[in-house]
Parts: sequence; structure tokens; C-alpha cells
Amino acid sequence: MDVEVTPLPGIGVRKDFPLGGSGRRVGVVDRKDGTVDLILSRPGNPDECEQVAMTVTEAATLAGLLGAPQLVGQLVAEQRDLEGVNTRQLSLRTGSPYAGRPLGDTRMRTRTTASIVAVVRGGQTIPSPGPDFPMAAGDQLIVVGTGAGLDAAAAILVDG
Amino acid sequence: MVADETALGLIQLGAVFFGLGLLGRLAARIGLSPIPLYLIGGLVFGTGGLVELHHVDQFIHLASEIGVVLLLLLLGLEYTADELVTSMRRSWTAGVVDLLANATPGVVIALLLGWGLTGAVAMAGVTVISSSGIVAKILNDFGRLGNRETPAILSILVFEDLAMAAYLPLLTAVLAGVGFLTGATSVAIALIAVSVVLVIALRYGRYVSMLIDSHDREIFLLTLLGSALLVAGMATVLQVSAAVGAFLLGIAISGTTAESARTMLEPLRDLFAALFFVLFGLSTDPKSIPPVLGWACVLVVVTVVTKVGTGWWAAARAGASRYGRLRAGTSLVAHGEFSIVIAGLAVSAGAVPAEFAAMAGTYVLLMAVLGPIAARFAEPVVRRLDRLRAPAT
Repeated sequence: MDVEVTPLPGIGVRKDFPLGGSGRRVGVVDRKDGTVDLILSRPGNPDECEQVAMTVTEAATLAGLLGAPQLVGQLVAEQRDLEGVNTRQLSLRTGSPYAGRPLGDTRMRTRTTASIVAVVRGGQTIPSPGPDFPMAAGDQLIVVGTGAGLDAAAAILVDG
Repeated sequence: MVADETALGLIQLGAVFFGLGLLGRLAARIGLSPIPLYLIGGLVFGTGGLVELHHVDQFIHLASEIGVVLLLLLLGLEYTADELVTSMRRSWTAGVVDLLANATPGVVIALLLGWGLTGAVAMAGVTVISSSGIVAKILNDFGRLGNRETPAILSILVFEDLAMAAYLPLLTAVLAGVGFLTGATSVAIALIAVSVVLVIALRYGRYVSMLIDSHDREIFLLTLLGSALLVAGMATVLQVSAAVGAFLLGIAISGTTAESARTMLEPLRDLFAALFFVLFGLSTDPKSIPPVLGWACVLVVVTVVTKVGTGWWAAARAGASRYGRLRAGTSLVAHGEFSIVIAGLAVSAGAVPAEFAAMAGTYVLLMAVLGPIAARFAEPVVRRLDRLRAPAT
């Protein structure tokens, strides 16, 4: 992908690239103070952009949201030859009995045969989390298993 | 008696700061830069009606000098040497067009009013330099950072700011009325200093920053402010203008040091610069405004046209649409702090007539108010006109 990098003296650096489908440009303005603006050019007008200011945490969260499906997609592609094995992205919602508890407490593997292979939090992917990994509400869990196992895993995360 | 003097001084200074605070609040409420209101505040105080400032005169004079140093130091901190060099290389043609198109009206009007060469040189600076502060705020507030024309606008601002480093020593020399040789020498010194600082900042910026940086806020602030005033003072001795020295120091400081210096100095700059604007208002006689008001309006109309033209042309070269060109042009209209810095130098040197201060003050007042309004409304108005015209054709 060709990312166009344009210096904005006194403000920061603009990095953007064209979106093939819609003919719009999308990118960010990296400011000197570390904050980020999301920019997206208006439909049918490559000259003008929508600009959304974001804090560092907000930008990282957005990056995570954009990155997580890709991780799932990658795992799905790797397991294409394995009959009956699926990958799903499950979110740990506020109010889940496991929010704030170590991952081992779910006894996920024993109860459903499904495995939690990664956790996406705040834009960062934590691969192969151990049993003592503390889970938090809002985490995205990447779970691998059979269809039935994944359904059971989803139910456990909600009801305990 | 001494205690009385101190008490009066404190009360007067408190009244000034408090009054400026109220004006600033009003400016924020109506979405305006506070600079025009500070100028008006100075004019009001100066008439002698509200507060007589005899007891804090000296303090305000020194404080406004510090204000100018801080204004330029923070301007230097905005830019890295790398940005300055690449920007210069990429857009010097637009910068030269900007200088020529916008200096000419100032020169012509100064000569018409019989202010001589000194007035012409000073007025040229006042009309050329857009306010990078107000323009950056416009770009931010209206969400235009991602737009195609924006890099062109910023490049012109960089060029103007860098050109100021060569211009201020020239102005200082002209104001001092020194001969051609002395004047040429100080300009040469300034140019050499600019080049040396750029090279040092590009190669060894780390070391300059290391020298000033400290984890202790207090030590950092003292070192930073101390070095800025030292450099500014030495520059004045060399007749290069204190402001240029501060600007160069700002460029030499880079990276995270520059970032923390900015956050730390910004409130200080706002405080001292506010006093500087007040002082300019104070030293302007309100009675001298009406006679020059007509000419000031003419100058405003002419330079709005030339500034819009400059931005239009620069944005066209960047491949922006008609509306982008219009946005670029109107963004550049805002004048502010640096026009007053230039005018302030001329006035305090006493080398220009009283109408000069009135003219420059009125001009900046109008341009500072008009700039954001033009930048906001020109595009919607033209779009509507285009839509009205479209069905007819």
C-alpha cells in the first residue's frame, strides 16, 4: 500500500492513502504532541477532509478494532485445511462474571474444548495469554474451536 | 512611601491583568483572537480615563520586551530545522510571490503618506506577515488539516517566519538610522547566524537540547528562560534584534525538549505578550486614529485581495479545486502578533510619525477580526452563488 506522507510544518505529519472502492482518501494527522486526527476525504471531493481529533487511547482502540478482524481472518485462513475448526472473535462485555478475573477461571478448554488464543485490548494484541492473564471488560477474545465449542464458549463468557 | 508605591503598583498591575482576563474571556465567547481586544484595552487605558499606569510603567516596558522574546522563541520551537529546510526548498516561489505581493501595498501607502524609507520598510513587514497563530487555529477549528491546500498554506507561513529572521535586523538597522555599511553588516550577521543555527540544529540539535533539558521543572524553566534572554540580549548588542536571537534558539531546540518547553512557556508567553499588546495600545493616541482610518481601510481591502491572490495561486499549484484555492487565500488574511511586533519595534525606536502606530494598530485590528470571518464564510458564500448561477446556464 502506498501511503503518502506530507509534512505539515508546525503541526505534524499527514499520512494518507486512497481507498480503492469509494475513491476517497483515508489517513491520519500525527501531531507533535502525540495526539492523532483521523481524516477521511468527503465523497466525490478528494480536496476536502472530515477531521476527527482523537486522544492516544482512542486512536489505539480504533486501531485495535480495525486490526482484530484481520487477526481472525488470518487464523481462519490458516485453519482452512482443518475440517470443523473455526475461529471467532468474542467480546467480554461489562457485567460478564469473568471481567477482572484471571483467564484460567473460565476453565474454557476443559468445559468447551475451545481455546482462547489471543486477547485484543486497546489496539494491542496479546498472543497466547496464560491462565493467570487478568481479563477486563471490553477485551476481545480470539477463540479457536469447533462450532459447538465456540457457541458454548460465548455462553460461558456471558453467563459464567 | 515606598510601601504605598508598591501597593499602587500591585493594584494597577492587578487591574490590568484582571481587565485583560475579562477581555480574553469575551474574545473566547465570540470566537475571536484576543489580540484585537488587548489592543483596544491598551487604547482605553491609554486615554487616561480608567487607570493611570505611572507606577508600573517600567515593569510593563520590560515585560513587553520579554513578551516579544517569548513570542519569537515559541515560534522557533514550533518548527524543526528539518521542516524549515524542506519547506523552503519546496515552496520558495510561493514565498517570494507572497512577499512581493503583500509588501508592495504597505510600501506604497507609507510613501503616499510621506513616512519616508523608514516607514515604508516597517509598513512592508506589517502587511506581509500573516499570523501563524491565528491561521493554525483556523485550520484546526474548521477541520482543514487533511485538505489538499493545507500544506501550501503552512509552507507560506514557514517562509514568512523564516524571512522575518532576515527582515528584523534590516528593520532594526533602518530604524537606528545607521549607515548602509553598518546596516548591511547586521543583516549579514543575521543571515550567517540563521545558516549556522540551521546547520547546528540539523546536525547537533540533540546537544543543544541536552544542554537545556532537565527533569526538574524549575531548573528546566530557569535554564530555558535564562538562555533565551541571554541570547536575545547578545543579539541586541550585535544589532541583530533580540527577537531573531530568540527565534534561532527556538529552532535549535528540538524533539521532546522542544515539546516540553512549549507546554511550559505557552502560559508565560500569553501573559507577557498580552502586556506587549497593551503597551502598543497605550502608546497609540486614539485621537490619531480617525485621520488614518480611511487609508487603513484602503490598505485592508488591497491586502485582503493580494493575500487571497497569493493563497489562490499557491493552492492552484498544489492542484487544489476552486474552493480549496479560496480557502487557502482567505486563511492567509489574518494578521496579528508579528505585525504588532514589527510595528512595536518601529514605534519604540521613535523613528516613525505618530500616525504610523495608529495606522498599524487599526490595520491589524481589522485584519485579525476579518481573517477568521473571511476564512469561515467565503467558501459557503461562493458555493451558494455558484449554485444560484448553475441553473441559469
